[in-house]
Amino acid sequence: MKRLLSILVITLTMLSFANIVIAEEEQIAPAATEAVSPAASSAPKVDTGDTSWVLISSALVMLMTPGLALFYGGMVRRKNVLGTIMQSFIALGVMTILWVLYGYSLSFGPDVGHIIGNLDWIGLKGVGLEPNPDYAATIPHQAFMIFQMMFAVITPALITGAIAERFKFSTYLVFLVIWATFVYFPLAHWVWGVGGWIRNLGALDFAGGLVVHISSGVSALAAAIFVGKRKGYGKEPMMPHNITMTLIGASLLWFGWFGFNGGSAVASGSLATSAFVVTHIATAAAALSWMFAEWKHRGKPTALGAASGAVAGLVAITPASGFVGPMSSIVIGLVGGVICYMAINLKSKFGYDDSLDVVGVHGVGGTWGAIATGLFASKAINAAGNDGLFFGNPSLLVNQLISVGAAWVYSFVITLIILKLLDATMGLRVDEESEYAGLDLAQHGESGYTL
Amino acid sequence: MKKIEAIIKHYKLDEVRDALNKIGVQGMTVTEVKGFGRQKGHMEVYRGVEYEVKFLPKVKIEVAVPAERLEDILRVIQDNARTGEIGDGKIFVSNLEDVIRVRTGERGRDAI
Repeated sequence: MKRLLSILVITLTMLSFANIVIAEEEQIAPAATEAVSPAASSAPKVDTGDTSWVLISSALVMLMTPGLALFYGGMVRRKNVLGTIMQSFIALGVMTILWVLYGYSLSFGPDVGHIIGNLDWIGLKGVGLEPNPDYAATIPHQAFMIFQMMFAVITPALITGAIAERFKFSTYLVFLVIWATFVYFPLAHWVWGVGGWIRNLGALDFAGGLVVHISSGVSALAAAIFVGKRKGYGKEPMMPHNITMTLIGASLLWFGWFGFNGGSAVASGSLATSAFVVTHIATAAAALSWMFAEWKHRGKPTALGAASGAVAGLVAITPASGFVGPMSSIVIGLVGGVICYMAINLKSKFGYDDSLDVVGVHGVGGTWGAIATGLFASKAINAAGNDGLFFGNPSLLVNQLISVGAAWVYSFVITLIILKLLDATMGLRVDEESEYAGLDLAQHGESGYTL
Repeated sequence: MKKIEAIIKHYKLDEVRDALNKIGVQGMTVTEVKGFGRQKGHMEVYRGVEYEVKFLPKVKIEVAVPAERLEDILRVIQDNARTGEIGDGKIFVSNLEDVIRVRTGERGRDAI
């Protein structure tokens, strides 16, 4: 009862804060409309078609995080299913609030030294319903903001596959906040923010190969190495407990990815269509190539392999999706499926426990996608893009390699520092007994299945 | 009285049950079990990681029978559970001290 009362007190205190904040917002609102109205004729106009596509895409990308939760949840042992699902699901909570408070401002706000946004848009101050022509001239600024928010949600959730079945939930929540602040927001600004140095360099990343997949894949590598193996790794069986769940998750990821890549056109129309089409083609190709590679190598075409291949294809096409044509996307998918399959097979040789293969799929797939963009990009597909090596322009490939190298080094080093700090203060892993009992019971006090 | 414990293949359970029913066996207990015999296990591969599955799933039926009917019943179980391949299972027979029907309190043969 006492605890309940103290929760109530905290909630009421928060409400009084809200009063102050809302009062501020009300002051801003009329001022903003006054500022806009005299120049109304020249102000950018909201396009309803573009807006609806970006809002739908935001919802599609939102669905990818629960999709990821199921994808990962099926691959762990049954005693860790809820703990694993929770790590993805709660990112929807934490990252959303963070994005509103200061994440969007640091990522897309006015540039500071080409590396970070400033705090002008803190609490979404000034991020209203008028378009921001720097990012998307035909949709409300808030539509762009919420679309980008969904990317910030799923990226840290991707990392959890590398530390599955052993990470402490309380530390994970803090990790989310710090990692987003020091890795994701700066990287998003480098690549997509106006003034960001990679954007200025001319490297291309249509939907987040660098920002989402290389950043999470490389951070996952640092995490898998630093956090250490699961108890009994290599000795006890650690088979996926529910591959049907994993396939449902992979399917939801595939579905949501149409918003991820198609929506990254931030408008409805030809570019969104092109990105949508090549996303699907590359995914199909990669599901096939992974399946056939495994069939040849191990003798059986597995369902887990087909699902993993599809995700590898989605990752690989992500940075290229707005710049390449259908035939190029087949090659990107086919190669993506095979090299990711090879990468996950190499894992055991290196001896680290990247439990659900975040490095092999997102790190390697994302890197291949970024390089493939430098090979297959074509101005015939997107005039705002550039030509790649196969279309007579080697300089794009050089820029792609620079951006990949920068993202690799930055993500790896900063993640390692964050984990070292958290290890010294909160501790990264659950204790041995909890790990044996499973995260569901030890961390959350519930069981995934009561059958 | 004897107790029969037969470890058989899952897909043979229905045939065994129906055949025992036909010759008047009025009850049995069925359990999902795991184990190994001459069949050994098999390999499973998940994303390049090999796992040796050392214990295979089987189903165990337990039947209590009067001693003089034992041979008949054993033959019926064996005939219906056999495929001729390795992995058909085993039948264990042991002496049974007593049986009690919970509802009526009947004991021994009457309770079977």
